[in-house]
Amino acid sequence: MNRFDYVRPTTVAEAIQALGSDASARFIAGGTNLVDLMKYNVEKPGRLIDITRLPLGGIAEHEGGLRIGTLVSNADLAYDARIQTRYPLLSSALLAGASAQLRNAASTGGNLNQRTRCYYFYDEGTPCNKREPGSGCPAIGGVNRIHAIFGASEACIATNPSDMCVALAALEATVQVTGPDGDRAIAFADYHRLPGDDPSKDNSLKPGEIVLSVDLPARDYGQHHTYLKLRDRLSYAFALVSVAAALELDGRTIKTARLALGGVAHKPWRNVEAEALLQGKPATRESFQAAADLIVAEAKPQSENGFKIELARRAIVRGLEQAAAGTPQNQSDKRIQ
Amino acid sequence: MATQISPASGRDKFVGSAQNRVDGPAKVTGLAKYAGEFTSENLAHGYVVSSAITKGRITAIDSAAAEAVPGVLKVITHENRPSVAGEAEAYQDMVAPPGAPFRALYDETIAFSGQPVALVVAEDFDTARHAASLVKVSYEAQTPHTDIAALQDQSYDPPEKRGGIKTPPKPWGDASAAFDGAPIKVSEQYRIAHEHHNPMEPHASTVVVEDDGTYTVYDKIQGVANTQMYLTNAFGLKPEQVRCLNPYLGGGFGCGLRPQYQLFLAMLAAQDLGRSVRVVLTRDQMWSFTYRPGAIQTVSLGAEKNGVLQSLKHDALHGTSQFEDYQENVVNWSGILYRCDNVELTYRLSKLDTATPGDMRAPGAVTGMFALETAMDELAYATRIDPIQLRITNYTDTDPVEEKPYGSKALKDCFVQGAERFGWAKRTPEPRSMRDGKELVGWGMACGIWEALMMESSAKVTLTADGRLEVGNSTGDIGTGTYTILTQIAADALGLPMDHVTTKLGDTDLAKAPVAGGSWTAASSGTAVMKACRNVAEQAFKLARGLEGSPLANVDFDRIVFSKGRIEAAGDPSRGVALTDVLKASGQDRIEATETANPDKDFAKKYEAYTHSAVFAEVKIDEDLGIVRVTRIVSAIAAGKILNTKTARSQIMGAVVMGIGSALHEESMLDHRLGRFMNRNLGEYHVPSNADIHDIDVIFVEEEDKANPLGVKGVGEIGIVGTAAAISNAVFHATGKRIRDLPITVDKILAA
Repeated sequence: MNRFDYVRPTTVAEAIQALGSDASARFIAGGTNLVDLMKYNVEKPGRLIDITRLPLGGIAEHEGGLRIGTLVSNADLAYDARIQTRYPLLSSALLAGASAQLRNAASTGGNLNQRTRCYYFYDEGTPCNKREPGSGCPAIGGVNRIHAIFGASEACIATNPSDMCVALAALEATVQVTGPDGDRAIAFADYHRLPGDDPSKDNSLKPGEIVLSVDLPARDYGQHHTYLKLRDRLSYAFALVSVAAALELDGRTIKTARLALGGVAHKPWRNVEAEALLQGKPATRESFQAAADLIVAEAKPQSENGFKIELARRAIVRGLEQAAAGTPQNQSDKRIQ
Repeated sequence: MATQISPASGRDKFVGSAQNRVDGPAKVTGLAKYAGEFTSENLAHGYVVSSAITKGRITAIDSAAAEAVPGVLKVITHENRPSVAGEAEAYQDMVAPPGAPFRALYDETIAFSGQPVALVVAEDFDTARHAASLVKVSYEAQTPHTDIAALQDQSYDPPEKRGGIKTPPKPWGDASAAFDGAPIKVSEQYRIAHEHHNPMEPHASTVVVEDDGTYTVYDKIQGVANTQMYLTNAFGLKPEQVRCLNPYLGGGFGCGLRPQYQLFLAMLAAQDLGRSVRVVLTRDQMWSFTYRPGAIQTVSLGAEKNGVLQSLKHDALHGTSQFEDYQENVVNWSGILYRCDNVELTYRLSKLDTATPGDMRAPGAVTGMFALETAMDELAYATRIDPIQLRITNYTDTDPVEEKPYGSKALKDCFVQGAERFGWAKRTPEPRSMRDGKELVGWGMACGIWEALMMESSAKVTLTADGRLEVGNSTGDIGTGTYTILTQIAADALGLPMDHVTTKLGDTDLAKAPVAGGSWTAASSGTAVMKACRNVAEQAFKLARGLEGSPLANVDFDRIVFSKGRIEAAGDPSRGVALTDVLKASGQDRIEATETANPDKDFAKKYEAYTHSAVFAEVKIDEDLGIVRVTRIVSAIAAGKILNTKTARSQIMGAVVMGIGSALHEESMLDHRLGRFMNRNLGEYHVPSNADIHDIDVIFVEEEDKANPLGVKGVGEIGIVGTAAAISNAVFHATGKRIRDLPITVDKILAA
């Protein structure tokens, strides 16, 4: 871990100014990911800008939906009564992730920007295009059972580890940011990016920008949702495959389907064709299997993670069954519903 | 009753009961100090720089930037280190396997990934850590070899055997011919992954330089005598110059048996700088030494249709380092658990470019018994015989190798009581025949076995004028409850309440005792304490009887009871005298005794001593998704006398959790191209979380044993043995899929 300067601005303008054009400066809130990365010498910030004193907390009504301040902790968000009532999918996804201690510390904006858990990214003794552009990707052909099956490139096969973001992708949230060029809104699907030939960039934030809030649109899926997370142990592990599903039903007919996968790509993975395929179809296993087949058709395995394709296919079907039945996965009872 | 701690007809009050840990309050209030917590004035902090390559040599180390950081005292490398012992033999320790032990910062050679290449010493930890990130090391790398599967043809029978580890017995009968002729055959390959130790407390050493030039060393070790021996040999010191302590361990499990490189580096830096130094390893660095070696095994069983074994072959291969031949007993269990007339057991090593593997809870037995007990389950299905009945059919009360009876073997009672508690009678044997909603239910069982050992051990006991007792020796309480059981034994022996007894451990100034390992500490230290207490009791009695007008004047020692701080005539409490009065009246401020206990050679000539278990597991597996939940474990244990039913139960429960980890979770993943373990943190190296653990039911089956006066056999390891096989057998029962490769992860279930 390197030595760094530490500043604690109290306004957003001060924070942006503190970041300035200093490429080595980093914002810190809960620090649950950044401090780990500093201990591993993956991040060596010259300056830490503690944003926890900025007025960016709180959850507020916003255009019929809710606006979640970037500093709202994962725990406060998961247990907020409005979130639990109107966006239980988001609450469930949050509770599927990390541990109680981490959720208490981790912030909404920090969760959005957490970095991959690729072993090689964390190991400064190995090459990694994400950590050190141009050095190579030993995960390809290496230890990669947790790596991507969708959207990977020859430069990077890492996955985004967030559970929260998978739910936000399905809920079609918007990320509000500000920076030297002013405010802008980023559709959730455009916030994270695929690795392409520049895996060092996880998201579409421009230099100097900060996340202000995550906005949830007005939409009620009732109990027809689920967050189903499959992993190597029953708690405190990143997803091998996770499924966020939300359905609007008219009787047994699907009016709208939203589906996002976690643990399988560099970003929460959505396939709008599969969602469109479900629209107007009966909420049956056959419909769900057809959507799942469509999604996994474009999956590409690495040397050790081929099983994730079949696991994803089955998880999609089960997730949609849970959502259709109105029996969302309970994150305390580890029996899969 | 086999165990009578009190000298005469007094009754055991504490031994055999459930007692809270005497060190519990210190541990939960933070008063218990660990090796990395002791401090001294002027303490410097060392941070280890680890090798980025696996094999090759260091061509240059540029430490200028690190040394320029304010607060950095020195960057010690192989180029500028002080002189140390030159011969590899000087780095041997009490449990070292044959070979040349690793010597940190000895020369430019790199023999394993994560090998220490420099120690940055600074005024504080953060400065040392920061400066360590600035040390630039250049290497000339060679291609590493870390895949035992690829190196099978280079395997060998280790020429020099490791002390204390049984080598495979000579084959008996003709196992190959008997296998060929057997009507029922099972022959399969079984694998277990590399597992790394991850106790909560990472390895740490604090070397304090005293004013008189001697050293006080706090080391994470399971027995401080080993630390002292290592330091005196490697640094040419005399034992009286190095006092070693380790009163508490945040988990041992075998990774604290051998002194590790942070100890060497802390002493090296302390000598170099002439000041006290602490070195604490990071979690990542816990992957740079001692691990349970992954293994490839083949078990072949031939049997009659009625299940009687005709042939048993067990071959095991695991890795070791390039510089030491680590050995563990993997296959011998297969020769002694069942009766079979044709047995062939073979054991081989392959050299890998890794650190030397080492002991990890029930070393060898976890590996070997997974293979044997899974194969036995396969045989049960092949013969359509109930798994318990199959084991009873092939049961033996004598050790077929040594041709001696077991001193005790209540394994059949484990079957009966375990099956009853588990509800085994309700099991329908057909795979996939039991379900609960969307989940398939599987019930499996397996046996466990471990050696009941005793090692030479001393203990000193002191009764002081205030009627309090101090008990102590140098062994470590590795979290098992040794403080508590020794306190119980001493309290019963002299009729004192437990809070009048203080037990001290983990200090080379105390009576000499071995490292705490092999499940031998209760028998070894316990017997020594009992003997020393008996000596003190006799001395006290002599003094009491010699007092003027003594009420015990005409009473013999065997008619004496020690109770409530008094020496009394049995059956007549009115004839007695308080221990404090005895000391006062005889003008003594203390009575003390040091005794040494040794294994009973006569017993060993006649009997073999092992602990046994029957483990029953219930799994529930989502039929479609293959996610496994271990919903119930019943572990029935036959381990002789149980000294403390509470701490012993905790031992078994902890071992069952570790067994669940071995079965479903634990795997250090190697990138063979780099020769590097890649998942070096507790986020990615999975051990069971609370959500993975459900009901664990521990049964202690009554068993009388006479291997030692306490009747103790030890419980530190038996709880893990067989647990993984019970779970893998349950997975088969649930799914009809036989996974012979641990850990049983979802990918293997989907693929099977």
